Amino acid sequence: MSKEYDVIVIGAGIVGSLVARYLSKYQLEILLIEKEVDVGMGTSSANSAAIHAGYDAVPGSNKALTNVMAVDMWPQLSQELGIAYERCGDYVVAVDDEEMRVLEELLERGKQNGVPGMEIICGDEIRKREPLLRPDVVGALWAPTGGISDPFAATIAAAENAMMNGVTLKLSTAFEDFIMEGSRIIGVRTNQGDFYARWVVNAAGLYADEVMHKAGVRPEFTIRPRRGEYLILDKADFQLTNTTILFPTPSSKGKGILVASTLHGNVIVGPNANFVDSKENKDVTKEGAEEIWSGGKKLVPAIERKYIIAEFGGLRATGNAPSPNPEINYNQDFIIEIPENVQGLVNLGGIESPGFTAAPAIALKVIELLKGAGEDLKAKPNWNPVRPARPVFRHLSRDEQARLIAKDPSYGRIVCRCEMVTEGEILAEIHSPIPATTYDAIKRRTWTGTGRCQGGFDMPRVVAILSQELGISPEAVTKKGQGSEFLFRRTKDVEKDHLTVEGLL
Amino acid sequence: MKQTYDVIVIGSGPGGLAAAIAAKENGADDVLIIERDVELGGILLQCIHNGFGLELFDEDMPGPAYAQHFIEKTIGHGVHTLMDTMVLDITPDRTIFAINKELGYLELKARSIVLAMGCRERTRAQILLPGARPAGVYTAGTAQRFVNVEGQMPGDKFVILGSGDIGMIMARRLTIEGARVERVLEIMPYLTGLTRNYVQCLLDYGITLQKQRTVNRIIGRDRVEAIEAVSVDNRWNPIPGTKEIIPCDTLLLSVGLIPENELSKKAGVQLDPVTNGPFVDDRFMTNVPGIFAAGNVVHVYDLVDWVTEAGYAAGKGAAQFATSEKAVAEEQVALSAGENIRYVVPHKINKSHLAEDEVRLQMRAITPIEERVLVTVEDQNGEVIAKKGEAYARPGEILSLVIKPKTYESVLKATRLTVHVRKR
Repeated sequence: MSKEYDVIVIGAGIVGSLVARYLSKYQLEILLIEKEVDVGMGTSSANSAAIHAGYDAVPGSNKALTNVMAVDMWPQLSQELGIAYERCGDYVVAVDDEEMRVLEELLERGKQNGVPGMEIICGDEIRKREPLLRPDVVGALWAPTGGISDPFAATIAAAENAMMNGVTLKLSTAFEDFIMEGSRIIGVRTNQGDFYARWVVNAAGLYADEVMHKAGVRPEFTIRPRRGEYLILDKADFQLTNTTILFPTPSSKGKGILVASTLHGNVIVGPNANFVDSKENKDVTKEGAEEIWSGGKKLVPAIERKYIIAEFGGLRATGNAPSPNPEINYNQDFIIEIPENVQGLVNLGGIESPGFTAAPAIALKVIELLKGAGEDLKAKPNWNPVRPARPVFRHLSRDEQARLIAKDPSYGRIVCRCEMVTEGEILAEIHSPIPATTYDAIKRRTWTGTGRCQGGFDMPRVVAILSQELGISPEAVTKKGQGSEFLFRRTKDVEKDHLTVEGLL
Repeated sequence: MKQTYDVIVIGSGPGGLAAAIAAKENGADDVLIIERDVELGGILLQCIHNGFGLELFDEDMPGPAYAQHFIEKTIGHGVHTLMDTMVLDITPDRTIFAINKELGYLELKARSIVLAMGCRERTRAQILLPGARPAGVYTAGTAQRFVNVEGQMPGDKFVILGSGDIGMIMARRLTIEGARVERVLEIMPYLTGLTRNYVQCLLDYGITLQKQRTVNRIIGRDRVEAIEAVSVDNRWNPIPGTKEIIPCDTLLLSVGLIPENELSKKAGVQLDPVTNGPFVDDRFMTNVPGIFAAGNVVHVYDLVDWVTEAGYAAGKGAAQFATSEKAVAEEQVALSAGENIRYVVPHKINKSHLAEDEVRLQMRAITPIEERVLVTVEDQNGEVIAKKGEAYARPGEILSLVIKPKTYESVLKATRLTVHVRKR
């Protein structure tokens, strides 16, 4: 029998990675498994990057509780993990009296949820703060605790910090089934073999329903993937006046199309919200682009189509779980529980927006649940919460850049000309605790290929670097794992093939 | 190494090489080329097809041979070079910040600068191409680098979107390398590249071009598995009942080029929203005194010979600026686009230059005219200053017209010049 763990976490998205990271405080043997070739490739890789203030969620729901609790955790968490976070505040913008009434409701809801410092400001004031907003804005709800972070970096840094503290991460390891003794879970069966543990945490994101069903938990619970499409604008072409998030007034259709800064320096426009048939369908669509564009343009008329440099889609793990709070009637809540009918499972499900914001609080809830189940969690004396950030060339001053190149000349070669990413940064990620082994893994970590040329310049160079550093042929280098190879063969191989076919060789 | 140069040229493609040579030949002592790649020559090095040099040399050369001619001249002239070096920033007072592995962080001063960064390719996001986002979607130029420089095949079964020159040239190149090009799709009702490329690269190789047809959806999770093609009307709306799934593993995009001016903007250079390149005079000086621009960074050319010629003009201007230490206030006349003309480069002419040099105007037509046309340059009173007959006018092919020194007298009186292209 293979090694027995105390806890296995299924899924290394932001939730699973933070659960592993916070659990690594304790004297536990932890295994984090991820079906993809890298952490954070699902919902965590495609969202608004917003840290929601918490006025949107239904009061009393798990969403509201974890959202507001987590907002207070982000300043310290981002410091410890060495990732970007800015508490810039956000605005919900109203253009008529009807929308102003909705803002009043949101303000009231925010107060009930315990969101601090919110106020409704008048049209003149909001236009003064953001002159690029449409001129007929009549008012806005200001939430000073809203913010922005970087979901890619957050997930990677959380998983890395977990590993620094003894967590084992296994990539390309797909959950297949639970190993059970009666109604007790004792392990998981994966495509890489069986692993045993006293506890399993279901953090499988879009697939959390299928995972819990394998244990016979909540057969009525389903996740319907709800796609959101986004557009990214060239940072050289367009910036908001201040770093912020601008929401339209929400309607029955959802939070609406936002226009927001990102901490990578671009403005992001989106998302829409459409249920799709498959948990892998992240297609971008013509209709979607039009919908987002008209939504964004309505809010900030100054944006122009020629500023668009990237388009992507992400999936929300929209569930149908009733809130555990008997006082409210809400059927789209987060599941954060130890189910009654099986033992050894911490079950998380339906973690859609504001899941990224709420993730650190969800991790603390998991610890509470384990303690409540009688786990005697003992703190590790040498737990290190700090994951040191690696140098980001473009964020350094001229003097710092000069010193960095003098120390390590590989920082003197730019590989991605649009985002000014150096070879040194790429090498550092390939040789980091969670090695970047694909083009997209390097992209998420360094921002290579995300700019206006979308990889046209850097891609051959990155393929060459990956080939050399990983000791594999260029044909084996992939975009995002097996099956996504960039190159098929050497050019002149064709002659050999033809000769072989004709029996000449 | 030196900190101050008479002329610093950024980029060593055909425009940059010609500018450096001309700067030397016109009296600049210290000339430096900064190149981000490891060799001089720019994109010419991956253009191993022929067709270069017909206009300037009456010779049909492949790109690397054409580049070599100018590289040798550059070295022979004693031009300094910094390879594998990226310029990070340029200030309006002509300080250049650059980095490389060997010398680290560099701060250089130039009496004049020639911007010759070329252009970049439009990507799938810029045309909002719908569908999945797997591996196997490349711009034609990136695929060209893989095949011709790295010796790697980026696919076996291709569909090419766009009838731009690089796309058609890659269709032929990939076919020669044993790949299949299933189709070239063009959303416009006309060819966007050169007719000669259509004949030599598609017709001669039996590759089908379909006009007013585009990619409606990319299919495939990890790698492209197929594309869905659809026909469009004149307003690019899909026509019902015309969808077709074309199985393929690679989609190449040849959907336009954009002058690369992010550095220019940092230096305070103003850009023409039509060309996406700087406003320039006949020596290719931008609005920032002492900062010149040459080649595809100004507007996208269709023939490299004209890029070289522009580089010569810019290099001469840069040398004169560097050696005279100050810009002479010149009387200028503005050029504007008239009937069926999308843009004219240069945007203005220094009248005095016409006394010594001819000035070449480059224009693009808005809509095709498939019969004999007359290109005219007219002054504010409609007086024809210069004219030229052409067999046709097509948006994909640049119209070119030279204003000769003999027109000097009439241009001297002009307050505005407008270029038209009309049926004869």
